[in-house]
Amino acid sequence: MTVNATRETTAGPAAPAAASPAPTVGAGGSVASVLADTGVNELLLELDRDLIGLVPVKTRIREIAALLLIDRLRRERGFSAGGPSLHMCFSGNPGTGKTTVAMRMAAILHRLGYTRKGHLVAVTRDDLVGQYIGHTAPKTKEVLKKAMGGVLFIDEAYYLYRPENERDYGQEAIEILLQVMENNRDDLVVILAGYKERMDRFFESNPGMSSRIAHHIDFPDYQTDELALIGERMLDVMHYRFDDEAKSVFDEYLKRRIAQPNFANARSVRNALDRARLRHAYRLYSHPEIASSDEALTTISAADLLASRVFADAGPGTETAQ
Amino acid sequence: MRLTQGTFSFLPDLTDEQIKKQVEYCLDQRRAIGIEYTDDPHPRNTYWEMFGMPMFDVRDPAGIMLEVNSCRKTFPEHYIRVTAFDSTHGTESVVMSFIVNRPKNEPGFRLVRSEEPGRTIRYSIESYAVAAKPEGARY
Repeated sequence: MTVNATRETTAGPAAPAAASPAPTVGAGGSVASVLADTGVNELLLELDRDLIGLVPVKTRIREIAALLLIDRLRRERGFSAGGPSLHMCFSGNPGTGKTTVAMRMAAILHRLGYTRKGHLVAVTRDDLVGQYIGHTAPKTKEVLKKAMGGVLFIDEAYYLYRPENERDYGQEAIEILLQVMENNRDDLVVILAGYKERMDRFFESNPGMSSRIAHHIDFPDYQTDELALIGERMLDVMHYRFDDEAKSVFDEYLKRRIAQPNFANARSVRNALDRARLRHAYRLYSHPEIASSDEALTTISAADLLASRVFADAGPGTETAQ
Repeated sequence: MRLTQGTFSFLPDLTDEQIKKQVEYCLDQRRAIGIEYTDDPHPRNTYWEMFGMPMFDVRDPAGIMLEVNSCRKTFPEHYIRVTAFDSTHGTESVVMSFIVNRPKNEPGFRLVRSEEPGRTIRYSIESYAVAAKPEGARY
């Protein structure tokens, strides 16, 4: 006797649907044709244009792109081309662009055809580690499920491991992570990020994690001219600009600020610009007669920058980072 | 007797590759995938146990397969099905479901005849496995 309880209204496609989503290249595919096919060149150019400095990072991305391309060619000609492990670790000082690059990485890997979906799941310790026994594993697995087919970005990863508390559940999360990083290498890319020294200490106590990450990328500090360029970009996005005098004052500001403690690269630049905007707004507010023109509304002048505490006191170490 | 329920019920059991493809299709339709199991395969038993929450924010079949496999590991001798929930306003129900795991030995169903007044006979079916043993020990 056959029991059949089909009540569903819609069915999926016929079961053995076998359309490959990857664009196929002719059997005689050359590097040039694959390049044109994937738009990798535009991607790399875009990266060069949008991100200032960060030479080691760009070099590594270029290498990864090349590897994925060549692997594709090899596969077409029947050579073995195992999916490379692309788990990464970004380490560097505050404000060097780790998070920004990670966000872009998801899109880059998707366009290179490495990840299937190209989304990014950004988490910190709170999202992975539970509060009581048996809480951590389901939480971590939940996050991993969400990240499948994309990139899992773990910011400040060193917080996962707390050596001072031996009953900390972070270790459990690390073990599950390691297992999935190994078994589902084709399904997701894990990117860890954090400050250099702390990441180094984290890897020392978790050698398994270190060896499963193929790419350790250091983010160098920015040079003064790079920071000035970044500042201009930021202003441009916010529809502001420096007048000529302000430009040189800003260079001077950067030189002094770098020498002070708690300097956080691009983040400090952003904060400095935000404070300049405050002063700019207040200046217009107290002189309503000059606030009428577009020019006045968009131009940050030297006075807005010179009011900073960095200039008020030439002695180093007086301004606390904000 | 091989139980047939849900979508693709007349096809042979789907392989993992085929399950992945179907899940991919469901996710592309923005449906939430749920995993359910039971050891009471009566066709009118619509309420199977949920294995975890429906996965509303999983984007890739690999994530679903993790859960399917962990359910198979936990309940190797149960029926397990994958359901796709369509949250579109006006539909808001499960629009597709298919079996992804079944017990090795399926004894099947018995036709039960009950005598009613006036020589009427009412028919129902009963699973041998359910009749023989309590929940959890049936297969």
